[in-house]
Amino acid sequence: MNAHANSTTPEHDAGQAHEPLSYGLLTAIWVGLMVLTVVTVTVSRIDLGFLNVAVALGVASVKAGLVIFFFMHLKYENRLIKGMVLTAFIILAIAIGFTFFDVGYRY
Amino acid sequence: MPEHASAHAGPTSDALVRRDDQGSKIGMWLFLFTEILLFGGLFLLYASYRHRFPAAFHSGGKTLDVFIGGLNTVVLISSSLTVALSITALRRGAKRLCLGLLGFTIACAATFMVNKFIEWSAKFHHGLIPGSEHMAQLPHGEAVFYGLYFAMTGLHGVHVVIGASLITWVMLLIRRGKTTGENYVVLENVGLYWHIVDLVWIYLFPLFYLIS
Repeated sequence: MNAHANSTTPEHDAGQAHEPLSYGLLTAIWVGLMVLTVVTVTVSRIDLGFLNVAVALGVASVKAGLVIFFFMHLKYENRLIKGMVLTAFIILAIAIGFTFFDVGYRY
Repeated sequence: MPEHASAHAGPTSDALVRRDDQGSKIGMWLFLFTEILLFGGLFLLYASYRHRFPAAFHSGGKTLDVFIGGLNTVVLISSSLTVALSITALRRGAKRLCLGLLGFTIACAATFMVNKFIEWSAKFHHGLIPGSEHMAQLPHGEAVFYGLYFAMTGLHGVHVVIGASLITWVMLLIRRGKTTGENYVVLENVGLYWHIVDLVWIYLFPLFYLIS
């Protein structure tokens, strides 16, 4: 979408080079988030057993992705911030995942 | 007042200002990571106890009002949209539109808290008050479910209030011309905080209200 974000010149890299996100794009993201909210409520009313949790968390994560990449405009940030955010979420996944493996399967 | 920032705008100082903006954005993200860890720890606790007491979480979730929870989801997501739009508006020079969008965000925050008040009041009415005798005498699973419900939605509610206060503050900065279309990093960072508040709710809603 934006060539400036990937520019190698330090001026562009260090600054807020990206253009403001258009009203249309932001509104489209909002529509997507609304649709996903309806999806998650609807699916929760159907009994799918374990899949219910998987779908709920899956949909929530897609919504989280839309918020992070567009509303928080991570998509248009430089590699440093992208890498930081990725690292933080990997660490969180390790913390929750590994602890839950222990809690879930020990006894 | 807006001329204030651009008064020093030689090529060199302009670059310095830009670099500072980037630094402050990185600082904001670092702070947000601590917020993610804070709520992450509570989600971990939720996962462990839900695994231990699946039936109690199931019946506990049924007592929560999906309509109010869903309404609050719509309210928060919409308020996130208006914050995102307000940055675009300010950068395009539409200051009044920007202030209007931020005002709408604060109205959403107030609506969210009123709904939360209605929900909590209903629970209090049934004797479910954090720290009360009644809560302590509940079966373990239910005590844990409602304990986590109050702790997590309560901590989230505190964040909504803080976020709304920060947005009020940034509105004052915009009105005074200290935050402008050229110097908008404060609005951006306050926006990032507000989106994290939205993000936490995106997980809280299905995990508490939709386990039926």
